[in-house]
Parts: sequence; structure tokens; C-alpha cells
Amino acid sequence: MSWVFKTLNSTLGKKLLMALTGLFLILFLVVHLAGNLQLLLPDEGRSFNIYAETMASNPLIRVVGILNFGFIALHAIYSIILTRHNKKSRPVAYAVSKASANSTWSSRNMGILGTLILIFILIHLRGFWYEFKFGEIPYVTYDGETYKNGYAVVAAAFENIAYVIIYVVSMAVLAFHLSHGFSSAFQSLGLNHKKYTPFIQKLGIGFAIVVPALFALIPIVMFLQSN
Amino acid sequence: MNLTLKVWRQKNPSEKGGFKTYKLSGISADMSFLEMLDVLNEDLSEKGEDPVHFDHDCREGICGMCSLYINGQPHGPHQTTTCQLHMRSFKDGDIITIEPWRASAFPIVKDLVVDRSSFDRIIQSGGFVSVNTGGVPDANEIPIPKVIADESFDSATCIGCGACVAACKNASAMLFVSAKISQLALLPQGKVEKRERAEKMVAQMDAEGFGACTNTGACSAECPKEIKLSNIARMNREYFSASLSTENI
Repeated sequence: MSWVFKTLNSTLGKKLLMALTGLFLILFLVVHLAGNLQLLLPDEGRSFNIYAETMASNPLIRVVGILNFGFIALHAIYSIILTRHNKKSRPVAYAVSKASANSTWSSRNMGILGTLILIFILIHLRGFWYEFKFGEIPYVTYDGETYKNGYAVVAAAFENIAYVIIYVVSMAVLAFHLSHGFSSAFQSLGLNHKKYTPFIQKLGIGFAIVVPALFALIPIVMFLQSN
Repeated sequence: MNLTLKVWRQKNPSEKGGFKTYKLSGISADMSFLEMLDVLNEDLSEKGEDPVHFDHDCREGICGMCSLYINGQPHGPHQTTTCQLHMRSFKDGDIITIEPWRASAFPIVKDLVVDRSSFDRIIQSGGFVSVNTGGVPDANEIPIPKVIADESFDSATCIGCGACVAACKNASAMLFVSAKISQLALLPQGKVEKRERAEKMVAQMDAEGFGACTNTGACSAECPKEIKLSNIARMNREYFSASLSTENI
């Protein structure tokens, strides 16, 4: 199996892992968004609470959830390994650099954008994931069945304008990260062809705008509803 | 026109080096960038100072010998080689900063001259292409579709100047290596050894200490031969499929 390690340890292999974990996290964003948009339904969180309970009790989803944490960690660890390697490849920086002439800002700052997203994920996990799982959480009853009222936790959190701002800014950061990451992942996998690459690039930009915008809509709407 | 040059001076690979400022006057807009440096060196020689060392050879844009990181861009503001850059691209009174390629795999020899033999070692690691000996083969004996021949030729136009490495924020050599892998992998003659070639050239590229690819596209945007990013994707494909299929466990 040494050939597997050799391949994954090459600069190309490390980028392959970045691409695969990145694409998984992109898929995760879609599922996560679909679930979260139920927070905006005018039913006092009933759909969202039932959905959350269904997800939490499904063994398959729990496995995918653990994988998701693993892939986030892998994506972050490999970005650190690659950044250190890349810094070593250019030990002396240029005195004058006109990088804006040949590349986009987000493509050159994926590491900074990613670090900000990681900080956001930690805040997000502490605020919601940890509270849902281990915090003292109110219960609610629908049709005789008792559910955790996660909606109440979210609604309470988004009464705080500071929290709303952190979420909205983080989604803007995510948008820039995705605007490069989405199409870049396909290039790293070796998929570049005039038949589909223009489509992937457009899809990537569309995804980078729509998905973070919808995510950001949730705290904004819930904040406005609370007042 | 009158110019102020800030030039990187470094006596030898181990010395620290630094910028030195030179004033030049009476430069014609029709001069090439290298001719402007020739004028500077003539001045320096007359004053008994050490002239600025820089790489150059054909001065026709085909050999890949000239380099120079000019005002923050490899080969200066246009997508050409430095020898094809002319002083009409600058204005009277401009300050021009000239630096060598910066990469650990391109150590500085002197001033603006860097050692690009790491590129040669990558090419050597690719090995050989099998050809039959004997009589002269018939023309068009091996059918090659026109589009494939064109694509291979586009990749083969890489002159190995190293602007891709210089432009890349990671000092990555992916565009160069992928062009060299592509030009042979596309053609029937090069297909025989293409898997081993991809494995060995990527291994050598990593051993030389070049960076990884962030797909910023800076390399292709600065390449004087306009080598396309699709070459890098092809290299990734070739390398991964080689890893899965060669006999090297």
C-alpha cells in the first residue's frame, strides 16, 4: 500500500485530498441549508424541530456527521501542511508584487478565508451543536410526542444583533472561499474540458452567491421577527 | 526618457544581497528592455563598477533564457518574454524595480541570474520516448488527429523560462511540468511511457522543492507562450491514473 501513501503525499495528492474533502463539505452545505431554511417556515419551529430530531436519531446521518467533522479537520490540516510547504518554496518574498494583474484576490487568500471560516465553525458549534446536544434545552410537544425545541435556542441566539453580524459576515467570507474553491476542486481532480469547465465555473459562482446568501437570510429574518 | 532603476544586486549565492538604485537618462522608447540594461552595464563598466548580471540569449522570444521580475510581474507588464518587452511600455520618470525569480528551487547565482537546472532535472527524470530504428518511416504512418496534434504543439511551445514559477504565489512548477507531460502524453509516440513519465516527473518536481498548486491561474496569465491551465488538469489526471495502474507498488 506504500503507493497509496506516496501518491497522497505528493503535492498533487495533497491537493486531491483538499478537493475531495472540499466537495464533500460543499454537498454538506446544501443539505445543511435545506434543513435550516425550515427555521423560516411560519410554524413556530415545528418542521425544524421534527427534522432535527429525525436527523439526530438516524444512525446513517450520525455516521455522516462524524465523517463531516473528520473531513473538516482533514481539509484544515492539509491546508496547513500545504501552506507550510508553499512558504518554504519561496523563502524570500518579492519586494514589489502585482498579483492582482494575474489572479483573483480570493484565490490567493484561501488560507485566510478558510481560517476565518474555521473560527466561525467553532463559534457555530459552541452556540448550537453543543447546546442542542449537551445544553439545557426546552422541550415541546407535537401530537403527543416530545421534541427538543432547538428552534427556541436559535431564535433566542438571533435576538442578539452582534451574533447576527458575526453570522452574516462569516457567510460573506464563505462566499469568497467558495467562489474559488468550487471550480478549483474540479481542476485539482483533473477535470478541465471546454465542454463542461465553463459550466462548472458559472455554477461555482452561482453557488458561492446563492448558498451563503440564503444562510445569511436566516439570522437576518429571525432577528427582524424577534423585534 | 529618464528612468530610475532599483536592481537586486547579489555577489554570490551565499551573500545576502540588496537593492541598488541607478539613474538612467536618454533611453529611447524603441529600445528593448535588455538593451536598456546593456546601456546601464556600459555606464557601470566605464565607471569601473561590476555590471548587472542577467540571463539572456536569443533575444527573439524563443529560447526561454531571459527572466527578470519587473515591477511585480515576471517578464514585466506584458505577456511576453523580457527580451520582447520594449521601453515604450514605460513612461519618462518611471521607477522600475527589477528582481530575480524567487523560488527555493531557483537559487540565485549572481544578481538577477538564477539557476534553473531544476527544470532540466525534471525533464531528465521523464526518461525517453521509444522509437524504432531502421529505415525512414513513411509520412503520416501514425495517424494523429489535427486537434490532438495542435493541442500537443500548444503544450510544446513552453520554453521553460520559469515565469510560471516566478508568478505563482507558491513558486509552483505545475504549469511547466504539466506542459512537458502533456506534449508527449497526447501523441501516440509518447503514450507508451506516459504513466511512468508522469510518476517520475511529478516525484522530481516535488523533490526539487517547488510548491503546490492553488489554481490561482497566475502562471498561465503570465506565461509568454500562453500555456493553458488545462495542462495542469491533464497532469493531475495522468498522475492519478498512473498511480492506479503502473506496476510500481
